[in-house]
Parts: sequence; C-alpha cells; structure tokens
Amino acid sequence: MSAGTIEGINRRSFLKTSAAGAAGLVIGFYLPGRSEALAEPVAMMPASSLNAWMRISTTDAVTIVIDKSEMGQGILTALCMIAAEELDCDWKRITTEFAPAAKEYFNPAFGMQGTGGSSSVRSSWDPMRKAGATAREMLLLAAAAEWKVDKSTCRTENGIIYHDASKRTVTYGGVAQAASKLPVPQDVPLKDPKKYRIIGKATKRLDTPDKVNGRAQFGIDVREPAMLYAVVARCPVFGGKVASFDATKAKAVPGVKTVTQISSGIAVVADNTWAAMQGRRALDVKWDEGPNAGASSETISKLLADQMDKTGAEARKEGDATAALGSAAQKIEVVYEAPYLAHATMEPINCSANVTADRVDVWAPTQFQTMAQGAAAKVSGLKPENVFIHTTYLGGGFGRKAGTDFVIEAVEIAKATGRPVKVTWSREDDMRHDYYRPASYAKLAGGIGADGWPVAWTTRVACPSIMEAWFPGSTKNNLDTTSVEGVADIPYSIPNIHCDYVRTEPGIPVGFWRSVGASQNGFFSECFMDELAAAGKKDPYELRRRMLDKAPRHLGVLELAAQKAGWDKPLPAGRYRGIAVLEAFQSYAAQVVEISVDRKARTVKVHRVVCAVDVGRVVNPANIVMQSESAIVYGLSSALYGEISIANGRVVQTNFNNYKVLRLDAMPTIEVYIVPSEEKPTGAGELSVPPVVPALCNAIFTATGKRIRRLPIRAEDLA
Amino acid sequence: MAIQFIVNGKPQSVDVPPNMPLLWVLRDTLGMTGTKFGCGMALCGACTVHIEGEPTRSCITPVSSVAGKKVMTIEGLSPDRSHPVQRAWIEVDVPQCGYCQSGQIMSAVALLAKNAKPSDPEIDDAMKGNICRCGTYQRIREAVHRAATLQKASLSDRDATEDALNEQLVEAGGAA
Repeated sequence: MSAGTIEGINRRSFLKTSAAGAAGLVIGFYLPGRSEALAEPVAMMPASSLNAWMRISTTDAVTIVIDKSEMGQGILTALCMIAAEELDCDWKRITTEFAPAAKEYFNPAFGMQGTGGSSSVRSSWDPMRKAGATAREMLLLAAAAEWKVDKSTCRTENGIIYHDASKRTVTYGGVAQAASKLPVPQDVPLKDPKKYRIIGKATKRLDTPDKVNGRAQFGIDVREPAMLYAVVARCPVFGGKVASFDATKAKAVPGVKTVTQISSGIAVVADNTWAAMQGRRALDVKWDEGPNAGASSETISKLLADQMDKTGAEARKEGDATAALGSAAQKIEVVYEAPYLAHATMEPINCSANVTADRVDVWAPTQFQTMAQGAAAKVSGLKPENVFIHTTYLGGGFGRKAGTDFVIEAVEIAKATGRPVKVTWSREDDMRHDYYRPASYAKLAGGIGADGWPVAWTTRVACPSIMEAWFPGSTKNNLDTTSVEGVADIPYSIPNIHCDYVRTEPGIPVGFWRSVGASQNGFFSECFMDELAAAGKKDPYELRRRMLDKAPRHLGVLELAAQKAGWDKPLPAGRYRGIAVLEAFQSYAAQVVEISVDRKARTVKVHRVVCAVDVGRVVNPANIVMQSESAIVYGLSSALYGEISIANGRVVQTNFNNYKVLRLDAMPTIEVYIVPSEEKPTGAGELSVPPVVPALCNAIFTATGKRIRRLPIRAEDLA
Repeated sequence: MAIQFIVNGKPQSVDVPPNMPLLWVLRDTLGMTGTKFGCGMALCGACTVHIEGEPTRSCITPVSSVAGKKVMTIEGLSPDRSHPVQRAWIEVDVPQCGYCQSGQIMSAVALLAKNAKPSDPEIDDAMKGNICRCGTYQRIREAVHRAATLQKASLSDRDATEDALNEQLVEAGGAA
C-alpha cells in the first residue's frame, strides 16, 4: 500500500508515537484481562504504561510484542531481530505475541495501526531499537544498583549482566522486578551498526516450527466455546442489494440454526461451516442488481480508452514534452492496458466475532487493526476501547486483508445471534467479492533524437482511484499518486517528461494489491522503455544504464542484475531475455528474465529470473531473498494468467481453475542478489512484483518480435 | 448414524451427514484445524490428508467414504516435528504465510513414501496440485530433496539400531 498520500491525512508525528512507545516500554507488562494468560510470573508495571513492545519475565523469558500483521512477509522475525539486537537478550528465549489494537502501535506511515506499503521494517526500525536499548539500560541500572557498582563497569551478553571485576553475574530475569521500578531513561544511545551481531545475519524464521505441524493459528482456525459458523450470500453484482428472500428451504438443511439479513446480504448460520454452505445453496434470494448490472470488461475497457483524449491531473512535468515530441526525429505512440486482479490469498477471507453488552471480541486475519476496531465499534454501537482485536496469523494478505468488509459481517452476525460466530468465505466468495487491483489504461508517447537517445516521454493514465475509494477526500487536485506510481516517477535522464492521470470509476471495488500502482505502471513504463531502446537501436540494458546517471540506486541494482545474469554473454540457442528496473516503496529492484517460446504451441517457459535488490540496510538477508522469490512468483502469475473479467456486472472467475496461478511445474530458477547498503532499511515484500512483468514481456519481444501491451500474456502473443 | 474411522491412530466416531466432506469433519467437528480449506474443489491441495497412505483432497471426500479407514493429517506426522519432511521444511525454512504448507508437506510425505529419491520433474509432477501463493516453490523442491536424504539417513539409523539390537541379542544368547 502506498504511504505517499495517506501520511498527510491523520499523521501523528513520529516522535510522539515513538515517545509513547518508549513510555510504554516496560519490563513486565500488563493488559486488562490478559494477565491470566501469562504463564510465568512477571513484574507488573503501573497501569499508566499499558501496551508495551516487550516484556521480560522474572524467569528470563523475553516476549516481543508484534504490532505488525505476519502474513508471510517475515516481519515477526525481523522485529524480534531489531529488538534483540539492542536488548542483547538470548535469542532462544524469545517468544512473540501479536499486539492488541492500540494507539501506541500506530504505524507512522498510515496514522493508524496497520501493515502494508512495505512499511513495517521502515516504521519499526527506530521504535524497536529504542525499546530494546531502553530495556537493556534499565536492566543494567538495576543490576549496578544491586551490586553498588558503576553502571559503566557492567556489561551484557545474551541475556546476562556481568560485572567482570567482581565476577558477578545476574540474568535479565533476576533484575526484571527491580528494573521495572526505575524511571524510564530517555535518549538511551543506540548500538553502533558495526557491532551488530543479529541485524544483517541470515536468520531462520521464528514462525516456521508452528507452520510445519498445523499448530499456527490463522483466522480461519479460530474456535471459541459455543461458536456458530456462518456464510453469507452476497449480490453477485457490485452495488446490488437484497430485494427479497425466502429462508424456508435453507432452514430445513440439517445443522442450520438461523438465517438473517445483514448489510452485505443474507447470512446463513449453522453448527458447522459445511452446513452453512449447504443452507446457502438452498436459500432463495432475489437481488436488486442495481446500476452496474450491464457492466462488462468491454464497456470498462472502452470507458478507460475514452479518457485518453482528456487532460488529466498533472503528476509530473519537466521541460516541454509536447514541443519536444513534435520536433523529435522519431515519435512512438502506443497504448497499454492492464486488467483487474484478485488477491487470491491461500487463506480465504474469514473473521470471528463475539458481541456482548459491554465488549466486542474480533479474531481476524487483519492487516489494519485500527480500521477493524473502528468498524466493529460502529456496528456494535460500543466504543472502540471496548473492541478487542485479536490478530491471528494471516494466510496471505497482499493488501486484501486491509479491508473491513469481513469484520463488519462477523460483528453484525455475532450481534444478531448473541453467540461467537465465525464467518468463512468460500473461494468463490473471495474471488468474486474482492477489492481488485484496478484495471488501467495508458497512452505513452516517446520522442527519440537523431542519435537514437530519448528526448521526451509523456504518459496519460486512466484508472479508478484506490485512495478515494478507501479514504474519500484524501487526494488533492484529483491526483491519486498510487494510480501513477511506477510511471510518473521514471528515473531516466530524459529532458522532457509529462504524466497526467484521469480518474475513471467503472464501479468495480478496487484496493491495494501487492505493489499497488507499480504493479501495472511498471509494466507500462519498463516495456515502453524497451520500445524506445528498440526504436533508437540501443541495447535495452545499455540504454537504461546510460540514462540512470542521476539515479544511483536504480543503476546499482541494474548493473548487478545484468552482471549476474551474464547480459554481455550470448545465450544458448532458443533462449531469450529481457530486463527491467523499478523503485517501489523506497526500495529498488532490477531483474533479468530468461525464457524460451514454443511458437507452435503458443507457450512460454520462464527458465531463470535473476533479481538484484537494494533495500537499504538489511535486517534479515534470508528474508530479503525469500520475499524477492515470493514477489517474483506473484508477478509471474499475474503476467502469465491473471485476469478478473466482468460480464453482466459480475466477476466471471470463480476459483483456481479459471483464475490460474503459478504452480510448481512452471517455477523458474530464481537467483537473488542484495546490494550492500547503509541507507535506512526499507521493505522487500512488494518490491520485486513489478519488474518481473515487463522483464518477461521484453524477453518475449526478443523471441517473437511482438510487443505485449495488454495483460495477461495471451496465446496469440506467442505465435 | 455415527461414522467411525481412525485419525492419526485414534478411533473417532462422528454423527454427521454421510456426504459431509472429511475436511469439515476434521476442522469443525473434531477441531483439528491443521488441515486447511483453500478452494473446496480439489484445485489447490491445501486440504491434503492421507487415507490409507494415499494423498487425498479432503475437501471433496465424503466422510462416509473413509468409514473404517485410517486417515492421517499434518497433526499425526510426528509428535515433535521429527518427521524427515518436517525437519527438511524447517532446515530449508520453506513456509512464508504457511497456510498451504500442511497440504504441501502431506503431498511430499506421500511422494517420498513411493519414491525415495525423486527427480525435479517427479517432484513437480507430484506437487503441482498444491498451490502456494507466497511462491515458496523453489524451497519446496529443495526441501523434498533434503527430506529424501534425511529419510534415507533415518532409515539406515533404524537399520543400524536393529542390527545393534540383534547383535546384543546374539551376544546375550551366546552368553547364556
């Protein structure tokens, strides 16, 4: 999710947030109603310091509170690494728990608690280090006081405090109680990065052991006493509503308890999920399909194309692109198009809730705790502080689980039934009621000088606005920067650049999809860059390299990827390659994709992807590699198969048979290389999605001579 | 009428409609949530369990069809993550979100039971029915190879242990 525009809405100053974090930093930590859950005795802190980052028990257990959602991106392990580096604790004694919804955990990137926009490491880097360093300082002070020695003569190592002169030692737990009574020191100095022993070392994920034996609890696994199970019948047309329904047959299904209308449709509540699904099948509903019933992919595509003659909101202007295009030796003008995409997380959407007179409990695989809390409060009529959000593991998020639609449903049904309820979406529900990656249409024009070098570049983008859909009023001058990220910000030294955006709303719900605007705009811009190279008779790598003279971090990853891929060496017969480089969320990636095309069978095989990334200082290099692999697979799925199409106002695709994704037999070899950096750490979860799409299409061009300007890649593109 | 079968070595008796899929019996009736719901149509493999040793999509398997049979789920592989496939998955650090991994692991266990040293194409063929949206495929391949090695080692360990026991018995017999 892009942090760019949202920061201004409700931004709390970073210092204030981190100060609150520091004040909440405790050794021993108390949450109302949660103390009974603590297996080990802890030193309690006064109630003024609720909601901490970590606690140390008197028996040396270190609990790190994870305020970000773990959806596969490895943040749980990264946050522990950052905290443990400064705390200097025993890595093996670390356990974790997910944070409740609370202001102390607001992500400065969003002004609320949430995980997205590859912002987690970026936003937790300072507070987690400060929390660890402050806790260590308090433990040291407590030990020094007990031994009546100067603090500077004590040292820590692996959870133990040493006073070498007197050969005394004490574990952190041994002084946790005393430390908890000390005032919280301010501005404790942080470690010199040269002394890091955890940060920067390839580290195994802490959540792996519970993910190989079925123990990890995802939202869909939540079970509460006396729980009921629900599914919801929703109008297949977006914006439609229930006209009438007859629950007689549904209620006759064994196990069905009740059928009730909620804001999103008709909920069928039963003893188990399957009975609820059977009940829904038997339900008679008449829908008022509303104004979108005539929408189709063709009408939407035409609507977007029709915007190309309009003047949009200006996203970038350098030089005089129109004049430069007019006088260029060569001019290319093309249109590109990208479809709606579903997230298709492996864990289908679900949520559990229990509503009583004075509190609401929500168990959810949510990316945005503050929004979930607000939505549950609104539905229940209780105050947000009486809504308790229990974040589970997320079986994939990719932006989909930022939504509150599933939370609202669960709270509405729990309120109506007076029992704990779990709402499960079928795969078809998930596929047909998503917040889709926007369909987008773009016209790009480039001017090339007599020497073959680009002199002008213009882009006009038409697509729906995610920011206005999710945060109405958050954009300025009709410009949603997420709609143009990846093309407005091309890093090349071209003297005349213009980009504008025509907001267009076809009525299909849109949302944040892994890498957001760059997912489609990167395809537009980096394929078009290849077109400029071909028109100017330049090598696509060489052209990029020369034109990145003012973009050192782009250049760094580009050169590394090209070198590792052996760009200067010929490929075996029948092999072809393409290259692309992009920035996303303040991180940088370049990829070289190596393919072969069977033009008779009209198929493409991806053999190898070489990826170079620059994410600033690396917290966990093992995880950077994993996230790069993951993002490349996600991007390849979208390029090769991904399309949500619309007919009669409905999503056509239903399940993995008609919304295909990459499987093991199509998996290429992926090599990931990291550019060493001492810049501030930035994220890797989304970074590598965008470049793989244009790099693949550019490779196909070298094989077939055909440009792919509309995704996904179709059989006819490969003939 | 109650349907009886064995899950992870333990007899179970459930009073549910005979056409209820095994997946939902495991998850909702028996509370064993390690087996996952992914698609409901045998398209993604997240719900894979073993029935009499055969990898099976529990989402389309009516519970009546397992009456009297042995079912194994992810929870039954080992009490302590010591199964060679679990050990390999931990060594290679395969899971990301982890949601599909129960099914991946059950498919891998079934593959290795039949083919102790599968090649890459054999792994692809046996595992292509299991979708992973986090894209852990490269590591899955690596971990299956690793598990094959670990499995071989643990088998020969067992042989060695048995040999040693036999020797002791022979010695004991000789002494007597």
